[in-house]
Amino acid sequence: MNLSLSRYFRATWPRVTAIAGVSLLLAAGVVATASAAYAGGEEYFPLQSYRVGPYAAGGTGFFGGFIDYMQLINTRDGGVNGVKLTWSECETEYVVEKGVECYERLKAGLNGAPAAATNPLSVGIAYASLDRSTVDKLPLITINHGRTDSTDGAVFPYVFPLQLNPYSEVSAIINYIGTQSGGLQGLKGKKIVVLYHGSPYGRETIPVLDTLAKKYGFELTQIEVPHPGNEQGSQWLNIHRINPDWVILRGWGVMNPVALKSAQKVGFPANHIIGNIWSNSEEDVRPAGDAAKGFISITTHPSGTNYPVLQAIDQYVVKPGKGNLNDPARFGTVYYNLGVVNGILNVEALRVAQAKYGNKPLTGEQVRWGFEHLDLDNARLKQLGAFGLVQPLKLSCADHEGGGAVRFQQWDGQHWKVISDWVQADRALLRPIIEKSANAYAKEKGITPRDCSKDL
Amino acid sequence: MSFFLEVLVGGLLAGVMYSLVAIGFVLIYKASGVFNFAQGSLVLFGALTFVSLIERHLAAWLAFAATLAVLVLIAIAIERAVLRPLVNRTPIVLFMATLGLSFILEGAAQLLWGAQVHGLDLGIDDKPLQLGGVMISQFDMFAAATAGVLVIALSLMTNRTRLGLSLRAVADDPLAALAVGIRLPRIWAIVWSLAGFVSLVAGLLWGARLGVQFSLSLVVLKALPVLIIGGFSSIGGAIAGGLLVGASEKLAEVYAGALVGGGIENWFPYVLAVLFLLVRPAGLFGEPAVERV
Amino acid sequence: MSNIVIRRAGLSASRPAVPGLVLVAGLAVLAAVPGVASEYWLSAVLTPFLILSLAGLGLNLLTGYAGQLSLGTAAFMAVGAYATYNFAVRVPGLSLLADLVLGGLTTAAIGTLFGLPSLRIKGFYLIAATLAAQFFIEWLLTKVNWFSNDDTSGVLSAPRLSIFGWSIATPVSRYQFVLGVVAVLFAVAASLVRSELGRRWMAVRDMDTAAAVIGIPIGRTKLLAFAVSSFVIGIAGALWAFAYLGTVEPHGFDLNLSFQVLFIIIIGGMGSISGNFYGAAFIVLLPIALSHAAGALAAIGVDVGQLQNLQKILFGVLIIVFLIKEPDGLARLVQIARQRLRNWPLRA
Repeated sequence: MNLSLSRYFRATWPRVTAIAGVSLLLAAGVVATASAAYAGGEEYFPLQSYRVGPYAAGGTGFFGGFIDYMQLINTRDGGVNGVKLTWSECETEYVVEKGVECYERLKAGLNGAPAAATNPLSVGIAYASLDRSTVDKLPLITINHGRTDSTDGAVFPYVFPLQLNPYSEVSAIINYIGTQSGGLQGLKGKKIVVLYHGSPYGRETIPVLDTLAKKYGFELTQIEVPHPGNEQGSQWLNIHRINPDWVILRGWGVMNPVALKSAQKVGFPANHIIGNIWSNSEEDVRPAGDAAKGFISITTHPSGTNYPVLQAIDQYVVKPGKGNLNDPARFGTVYYNLGVVNGILNVEALRVAQAKYGNKPLTGEQVRWGFEHLDLDNARLKQLGAFGLVQPLKLSCADHEGGGAVRFQQWDGQHWKVISDWVQADRALLRPIIEKSANAYAKEKGITPRDCSKDL
Repeated sequence: MSFFLEVLVGGLLAGVMYSLVAIGFVLIYKASGVFNFAQGSLVLFGALTFVSLIERHLAAWLAFAATLAVLVLIAIAIERAVLRPLVNRTPIVLFMATLGLSFILEGAAQLLWGAQVHGLDLGIDDKPLQLGGVMISQFDMFAAATAGVLVIALSLMTNRTRLGLSLRAVADDPLAALAVGIRLPRIWAIVWSLAGFVSLVAGLLWGARLGVQFSLSLVVLKALPVLIIGGFSSIGGAIAGGLLVGASEKLAEVYAGALVGGGIENWFPYVLAVLFLLVRPAGLFGEPAVERV
Repeated sequence: MSNIVIRRAGLSASRPAVPGLVLVAGLAVLAAVPGVASEYWLSAVLTPFLILSLAGLGLNLLTGYAGQLSLGTAAFMAVGAYATYNFAVRVPGLSLLADLVLGGLTTAAIGTLFGLPSLRIKGFYLIAATLAAQFFIEWLLTKVNWFSNDDTSGVLSAPRLSIFGWSIATPVSRYQFVLGVVAVLFAVAASLVRSELGRRWMAVRDMDTAAAVIGIPIGRTKLLAFAVSSFVIGIAGALWAFAYLGTVEPHGFDLNLSFQVLFIIIIGGMGSISGNFYGAAFIVLLPIALSHAAGALAAIGVDVGQLQNLQKILFGVLIIVFLIKEPDGLARLVQIARQRLRNWPLRA
């Protein structure tokens, strides 16, 4: 028998691969469908996190803050009325298919603890999970972003663009520009350029800005920056030619620092550029160096660490070494605080729901009720230690946003300094537009909107 | 008129930045015949290493040297572990291998240095210059000057030194070069190291422009049409292609883009590349493929 | 009787016809899956696996059989998705299958258009044409609101699916629908590549000058390859949007997806039909398996961020190892395995 070693190897190699492949599959299947003994008394938060890829800086900050807040609740308070919080992460890399796979994998709960809500922090993944969340009765939280018409909870019972939706964002910015121009009537004749990211998120606000331009009489030019926004030379030369009074930057990721640097190249002053809610973090401005000094942006929550809740996290979680951030210097930055705020809102919804359904692990449907009855006034915020960090919020069946106010901050090269009080969006103007869009969606999909006068 | 000139000049200077990345591709293609998609990841890795060393308070020149050394080691490792076993495979398989390589490099870069974004300050105050009524960016001028120096140095080396002669021989016909006694592995190592050096320079300049972060590796998508127009195997072609792509892309975005709503910068260079190829199927300065029946 | 095996170049030439019994058995297994698999497996693993196999089939017809390199697969999937959507929404009364076919035909037309440069450009440079398609189509679908039924963001969400009264709303029914479409298209493709057209494609791939000499119309053959391939890819795209994700935006069909499909055919085996399944299995299942393993490791305290990076590195390493070890892909490995099994008692 002529059997050399290499031939033997080559003969068995397919078999080995096949066996390895099948075992891997089986193992994956076992891990996926295994459910250990009922752990008892826990509420689960599936985390479709992203810690690698182009948006990892935001992802690590946000999920770091969220997890640290949940750790605080567990460590200091022993959970929410005795129900401890548990979570697990599934990496999405901000890719939609991975987000969907993570959703399907984690939605059933962990070790018997039911899933409360999903917080993917991604427009693409949110869009893809929208129908699934409604069928699975699992709240989809899209804090500060998402589909604007999902504010109408009658059509979108399970989607919550908490605090701020894209329409409110631009409306608030226009209102702020108004205050800088001596009142809203001072907007007439002003030139405003909107530089937006070439994606659904960026394009979402095009019509509402046109509406606002018509209403207040300012000259509006909307310029698109193709994804990812590495090169903006021609856009900014265009802006230089238009010579506007203000530029509104609706950016994402690398587009933000490049915008600021390109603005410097054409000599446009940074303190006349207003960034939106996704152009407002330290990670967005640091790479731009001194081109970012004076840049203004909106925020639904200030950065910084002198809020009681943050100090509590520092005391109970970070100092004992259980902090989630790899780089402790990021404690108190914009994304981290957004994660903390998100945690506060999710946990508060849980509390509200438990008041109705009892102090036990709740299903997604029950947590939804909690979100819809979220009522954070200044007194409650002081109790939570988040006064000044979170705006007063009141959600309802018809209103899944609840806030719509922002503060303005300015970058001084080292920190963001808050330069204004809460500026409200013109929600009365926006509501009819939102309802029209939501009803059109309902018609297309064959959904019957809920009757919000009944408390469900 | 001055606006047109501004856009043109801005475009030309941006094009030079694309060429810088493209030159790395060209070097590797000349030596190993492979289209190295991992070039973008190399740029990212180099820039990230440099910036992280600087942030750990290493002197700039030392950080540069250290990063260069690391890139050279990576280049040699790639050549040995990936390219040699895949010698004689079809171009598409090699291309996919470099794609797999880009995953490894990206993962390694983030594993080592984290996912944070970093600013990179090369000390150039980017206030716009006014030359004859046309606004020009100081940083872009500096980048163009660097690219110019690099190209001159590379062509001097290729044309005047023994090493350059060996490189040209290997690019022409590896088997014949082997027969004449040229040590192929050494030449490959040198070329890949050169490509690493060029990547590092490109990485620093682009990093200063965008910030050093993951999206840096996407500059490769801008370099592709440059390469296609200029030809994969010519450095001069990379420069010419870069200038062409940069200028036309910006002019198209401003003038044609206004008609269709903007955002055409992403696909315009590729359409331009296709039009070029229809006229010259091997690119402006590329070598036409010789087919034997 | 002596057993003379003439080995010819390429996987496609030497593959024996898949016995009908094996094919039927395979289909029966896949059809029985919903009985045992959980909803997670159906909607997050098997459905995308099937759809990606279909996309791989389309690309394989173009690149593996006809030798024309394409990096625009994702863009053609997008065209298929949006075209099907527009037919479904704007022309009421057409059944879903008709919408799919029309969507596929539209994609075929677009694909042929972008395939025209292949008449002049050869080899690796051809990626320019399909890359232009990739970026242009992404831009066009986002820019022109008409394609997404006047949604400013360019996002389209799938309408209710139903065929002849059978409502395709649950993960099981979506899986079965996709399985049906995939089975039909694979059967058609398998017979296509064994026909005269398939042989012409392989002739153009292997030696196009010689093929022209013996009278094969090169231009027409290449364009037909683009057309048929785009038809299949378009249907795969429509399924991806409707039966899997539910909502899509043009950026979901980006260059990364094109690379994924290219990986599928290279790892699965270029110029093979069954290779598409193996490749898709590799691309879909491996990251999930790694992710599950990472989840298990994270539960015992390994840092999550580091795990993700390690996964990425591991994936890249596996791809390279694979490319080195077996240039003809998994299909070839399976072929070798079958041959060995066939001869097994007689061999040492």
